Amino acid sequence: MQKDFILITLADDDEDDRMFFTEAFDELKINTVVNTVNDGVALMEFLNAPESILPNIIFLDLNMPLKSGMECLKEIKENPKFNDIVIAIYSTSSSEDDIENTFVLGANIYIKKPNHFEKLKQVLSEVVTLNWQYITSGLNKDNFLLRM
Amino acid sequence: MKLFLKTDTNFLIKKVLEEKLDVFNIKYNLINTNEILFLENIDTAIYNKIATVLNEYGFEIIENQKNIIVQKIKESIIEMVFNEEAPAVKSSVYLADKLNHSYGYLSNIFSEVTYTSIENFIIIQKIEYVKKLIVHHDMTLTEIAFKLNYSSVAHLSSQFKNTTGITPSAFQRILKKRTQINNQNIN
Repeated sequence: MQKDFILITLADDDEDDRMFFTEAFDELKINTVVNTVNDGVALMEFLNAPESILPNIIFLDLNMPLKSGMECLKEIKENPKFNDIVIAIYSTSSSEDDIENTFVLGANIYIKKPNHFEKLKQVLSEVVTLNWQYITSGLNKDNFLLRM
Repeated sequence: MKLFLKTDTNFLIKKVLEEKLDVFNIKYNLINTNEILFLENIDTAIYNKIATVLNEYGFEIIENQKNIIVQKIKESIIEMVFNEEAPAVKSSVYLADKLNHSYGYLSNIFSEVTYTSIENFIIIQKIEYVKKLIVHHDMTLTEIAFKLNYSSVAHLSSQFKNTTGITPSAFQRILKKRTQINNQNIN
């Protein structure tokens, strides 16, 4: 039996970004359940809480106060409990070094934050659709790299 | 005495579904009277129990029949790609023949269930195979392009880049670095 919806967590300190993101998902064909946290510390608290249902994908902003996306990425990758979670970096940075570095550290997806809502919807739709194939078709997640 | 009744069928269906499903202690949403969304993973044993219980009340799970066809399409595609025996006919003809349905029918159901097209799924599987060859067999792109019947290395590279957003050589480099880091952590 396959789940027919995707659990998503977004960690982003920018309120507008969180709102756009949640709205964009509401309009997609694939069923998604989105929850958001405001910074890296809140993200790790959520993931480590025993009662939390772990998300399928985490969208992670790189520049956040208290704990950066990069630090979260490292912590998540060090804990085998989080092995099944796909990590999507969601950032304004388009520095090639940043991008390659996050992939090397274990991120699966790198999204440069789009400037327009329509573009954001399109990008998120592509990401979720491809991720859906990974969930439902036994593709190898270790080889899952996607740059948008 | 005679009683005259009025029923709200939707209410009735909802009530029955709720009564039967609540027993399983699974989180779910009744989207409407013919769609149930489960909010957690359901293993096969429980799924079968649910199917049996609902069946007693005349409910039949139909979405699953579509899933079975989709599963067959996926298996045929994976077999086609990974066996490297490129069928002599176009993949649409190959799938239609093999599964005994028109390609239009197959392709509609596939898109409905998987949110992607058969054509796209074939490309995803091909790229998956390319990745596997790069990682496990250390093959050069020229060798891979030849093995998988791409017309040229350029065609292979551009399909890879279009699908993943990165070039095959960047992919190779990133995976190598990851392995190095993992090895360092072990030592």
